[in-house]
Amino acid sequence: MFERFLNWRMNYVVVLAVIVFAIPLVMENPFYYDMATQIAIIAATVVGLNLLVGYAGQISLGHAGFYGIGAYFSAIATTTYGWPPLLAMIVAAAVVGLVAYIVGRPILKLKGHYLSMATLAVGFIIAIIINNEGQMTGGPDGMPVAPFSLFGWELSSFGLYSFFGMAVPGHVAWYLVMAVILLIAVILAQNIIDSPLGRALRSIHGSEIAARTVGVDTARYKSLVFVISAIYASVMGSIFAHFSGFITPAIASFDYSIVLITMVVLGGMASPMGVILGAVALKLLPQFLAGFQEYETAVFGFILMATMIFMPKGFYPTAVNFVRGKLRKSGGEA
Amino acid sequence: MFSEFLQYLFTGITIGATYALVALGFTIIYNASHVINFAQGEFLMIGGMGTVAFMGLGIPMFFAIVLAVLLACLVGIALQRLAIAPAKNADVVTLIIITIGASIFIRGIAQVVWGKDYHVVPSFSGDEPIRLGGAVLNTQSMWVLSIGTVLVVALILFFTRTLIGRAILGTSMNKLAAQLVGVKTQMVLMLAFGLSALLGSVAGVTVAPITFTAYDIGILLALKGFVAAALGGLGSGLGAVVGGILLGVVEAMTAGYISSEYKDAVAFSMILLVLFFMPRGLFGARTVERV
Repeated sequence: MFERFLNWRMNYVVVLAVIVFAIPLVMENPFYYDMATQIAIIAATVVGLNLLVGYAGQISLGHAGFYGIGAYFSAIATTTYGWPPLLAMIVAAAVVGLVAYIVGRPILKLKGHYLSMATLAVGFIIAIIINNEGQMTGGPDGMPVAPFSLFGWELSSFGLYSFFGMAVPGHVAWYLVMAVILLIAVILAQNIIDSPLGRALRSIHGSEIAARTVGVDTARYKSLVFVISAIYASVMGSIFAHFSGFITPAIASFDYSIVLITMVVLGGMASPMGVILGAVALKLLPQFLAGFQEYETAVFGFILMATMIFMPKGFYPTAVNFVRGKLRKSGGEA
Repeated sequence: MFSEFLQYLFTGITIGATYALVALGFTIIYNASHVINFAQGEFLMIGGMGTVAFMGLGIPMFFAIVLAVLLACLVGIALQRLAIAPAKNADVVTLIIITIGASIFIRGIAQVVWGKDYHVVPSFSGDEPIRLGGAVLNTQSMWVLSIGTVLVVALILFFTRTLIGRAILGTSMNKLAAQLVGVKTQMVLMLAFGLSALLGSVAGVTVAPITFTAYDIGILLALKGFVAAALGGLGSGLGAVVGGILLGVVEAMTAGYISSEYKDAVAFSMILLVLFFMPRGLFGARTVERV
């Protein structure tokens, strides 16, 4: 029974579910809930980005741009034009998917770092537009966003809800909703990884030419996964906009793209648990550096560099391999 | 009308010369090690900010510049030794991220040591501008252009006439073969990073009197230099120079005739167009991949 659980491909999802739903049992402070919800949003974003980086071996230096389109499209459509939030979110995702396809399709026929250049450029152009179209976006000062609502039911951090007779304050409700969304995002990603698409991607990562030789249409699969990861970012951007109630162009900046990529590589490429841990670690880093804020940039850069030099697979897979090695060794001796 | 055009052209060529030097720095490192060095812009920052800091200690300008350039070269060599060399068999993605990390790290240290303020570096030779056909040309622009030209000529001579230069070229063509004929490739890689840092920091300090300098100017300059290098064709020296000037001029024209807010978007739109329609850039070599 235990053996079967260990070998089950989704076992970590159960572990993750236990962790995310255990958190409300030990956490009271609304500030912590705000943090936890933000972490869940960003974790779901990097789970999507990981499909591209970890499985297809392609790097995007402009994912914050897609996140930004999602956030600003939702913000403007719902707040300025009164669209229903779910519709805005879906249309934003479609727009982002289209942009990613138009950019990715021709670029991904090329090899190497061309996608990183192209995504960098797209990300910058999006950030520049958001910064300069102040009448629509509020420019560098940012803009307020209406709370999320569905068929007249409104989700706000300041609301009060009841769930099977239990009173649930708004910040807890947001956290629970986001925890479920994160789990869905992870399960979806795992299914993509285990699908023929996922197998094709891994073959591309291994050797693109070998993959092409056995008939894998590499450019098509790469652009497909690029589009999927961009849509992940867009949807999470939309959710973040509604959750935080106020957005600034910083969420679409090049720096933020780097933060996203760092989360993926820090925690562990090609490992959903790893990238979630990466998101947790990086999001909590400023809290640990309280009092040393001026060193934040330097520490961030150092961590990024050192992880890539000494643990190019990221810390989660490295740790798992280490533990497995130990177990095997002790098992062999026994 | 014409004077306006001339003015934009001067501005464009000046800033384009800086981009060209950054792009050349990219090219040298790319050729020697196939690393795209995202920390290239930090060399420009160290050039400018280092000069400001050393002048603040009461050191005369000329020596302050020399010290700042030396500092940048040291950082460049340290980057290769401590960050690139240990990650020997890393793939391209990993190397790109290492250099991004290095760039953030260097910026973070600069922010702690030198502060967040913007600084002005005095012009090398007075502020009296030259008038030419109705347009105004800063003397500092002349400095940028002449120093840029000297550096490019020196580089050409270095790579074609000296043994060390040819050793670098040899390593970039075939590392193993270079090793077999006795080239110490590790030395060559260090040298490439040092040389690239030298180019970057000199560019940084010569352009600083025109553009101001601060701890965070590196990132955008690096990206522009990168665009210039890709525009010309990654790995081509001629391409880097042409790409740099072209990018500078197009940017200045956009700022002058269309919208200064969108001038930065031009660089990034150009790179997309190049990637879509001629991915090897203007002068890039055809690559054949061995499986």
